[in-house]
Amino acid sequence: MTPAIQIREVHKSFGAVQALRNVSLEIAQGEFFALLGPNGAGKTTLINILAGLSRADHGKLAVMGFDVTSQYREARRALGVVPQELVFDPFFTVRETLTIQSGYFGVKNNRGWIDEVIHHLDLADKADTNMRALSGGMKRRVLVAQALMHKPPVIVLDEPTAGVDVELRQALWQFIRKLNADGHTIVLTTHYLEEAEALCGRIAMLKQGKIVALDTTKNLLESFSARRVKLRLSPDYLPDDLQSMLTQRSETSYTLALNDYSELEKVMSRLREAGIAAQEIELLQPDLEEVFMKIMSKH
Amino acid sequence: MPGFPTLFYKELLRFWKVSFQTILAPMLTALLYLLIFSHVLEEHVQVYDGVSYTAFLVPGLAMMAVLQNAFANSSSSLIQSKITGNIIFMLLPPLSHGEFFLAYILAAIVRGLVVGLGVFAMTLWFVAVPLKYPLCVLLFALLGSGILGAMGIIAGIWADKFDQLAAFQNFIIIPLTFLSGVFYSIHSLPQFWQVASHFNPFFYMIDGFRYGFFGVSDVAPGLSIAVVASCFLALSLFTLWLLKIGYKLRY
Ligand SMILES: Nc1ncnc2c1ncn2[C@@H]1O[C@H](COP(=O)(O)OP(=O)(O)OP(=O)(O)O)[C@@H](O)[C@H]1O
Ligand SMILES: [Mg+2]
Repeated sequence: MTPAIQIREVHKSFGAVQALRNVSLEIAQGEFFALLGPNGAGKTTLINILAGLSRADHGKLAVMGFDVTSQYREARRALGVVPQELVFDPFFTVRETLTIQSGYFGVKNNRGWIDEVIHHLDLADKADTNMRALSGGMKRRVLVAQALMHKPPVIVLDEPTAGVDVELRQALWQFIRKLNADGHTIVLTTHYLEEAEALCGRIAMLKQGKIVALDTTKNLLESFSARRVKLRLSPDYLPDDLQSMLTQRSETSYTLALNDYSELEKVMSRLREAGIAAQEIELLQPDLEEVFMKIMSKH
Repeated sequence: MPGFPTLFYKELLRFWKVSFQTILAPMLTALLYLLIFSHVLEEHVQVYDGVSYTAFLVPGLAMMAVLQNAFANSSSSLIQSKITGNIIFMLLPPLSHGEFFLAYILAAIVRGLVVGLGVFAMTLWFVAVPLKYPLCVLLFALLGSGILGAMGIIAGIWADKFDQLAAFQNFIIIPLTFLSGVFYSIHSLPQFWQVASHFNPFFYMIDGFRYGFFGVSDVAPGLSIAVVASCFLALSLFTLWLLKIGYKLRY
């Protein structure tokens, strides 16, 4: 099957800044994919090049098999982008904005779909309000709606939840999940790593324009994130031969790294031997934030 | 051209929604020019035999309004979209550079013609102006607003800030307009400025436009058509090329 997104050896510089260095990436149809990286890593630059807003110095990019420069019409029709910046046209209402955006893609009589999207994004009571009069989070929702007007098979969301309240964030993800279940390929960037962890099947991490990790979320969590246990001890003392496992010491607790959970048995018996009681035991789940920090510090 | 009608419609809606500023205000300005200049100069100036100065002034003012508003429409729309960032809504869809060009230039032409027509209609209360060759009038209004619409696109793409756009307007558009014979016949100018005027394409726009009303002009109307049409063609090609390479739009 044609990959939803194909990126091959892309380079991009802005003067002396190398925003992207030899980035290659392939995303299959139907994936829910995260593009992560610290500020300035090059995520938006990559998205902009994919969308034709910016041009690569070198390399090839395709959306649903269509080259983004030589077949730009097909490529752009296949792509919906929610930009990172909160932009809007102050001349129009929400509904006008969406109708116009549909028209740019040659979609006529889009009322049914507009109403559906407006409903899912909880914008119904603002449909005839001027864009100027919306709050930041509402403007962000309109940006999401705009990207969906032509029902693109590939949807790229550049920090769609920045500045969106918790309730709406949930609603938004539910909607995006439904789109993914209906077959749309989703690519997102976010600085809320727990969102990426919960939603995305695969993750690429960028640092200073380079891909430094690319794997399934599961593999990343398993290979980079140690299993850990957090203990509160009485008396508050850790036997010497367990010191080597210590990764973190807080005022009241010790966090130990385990190779696998069977090691926990060993720890507990050693504590019993030393006459130390574990008052609280907490198994820490591997989390993406930890993986992210590790990968970023390594490169 | 699936996206073109919408982009054109959006551009029309944009100025229509603020028609007080975009249509009525320039009509009022032209009216003030007419009242003041005709009051001061009516007794002293006679340009063509049998044509009062006020009547002579009307086509010039109407054309000036056409040109300035065509320029204002495309340039201000583009720079606003660039500065607010909403230009990306037009860059993300599969709109070709040709569609983009047509939408902006046609909207500029429509705005220019609407204001020009408004100015002309208003002046009918004050003075009767003959309309000898209406098609000639229309042709020059179309080409003139097309030229200024294209210049507006160029300026809007080139300028990063409003003051750069203002500079483009103050140092290029306004001098070319005022030195084109809106308020006078170039034959009343000193020799040097008469020659200089012949290098100003705006002069041919006004002169040809005025010919359509009175059947009299400073230069042969055929020459004016040739100059104005070539200018329009050259500027259009240049604008299309800028849009095609994505100059300052797709970096
Ligand atoms: N138009 C531009 N001109 C000059 N430099 C740019 C431009 N756009 C991006 N850059 C630079 O390219 C690098 C990558 O920026 P980019 O916006 O892609 O980062 P990002 O990963 O999206 O960051 P964030 O998480 O903050 O959104 C940065 O160093 C940035 O300063
Ligand atoms: Mg970014």
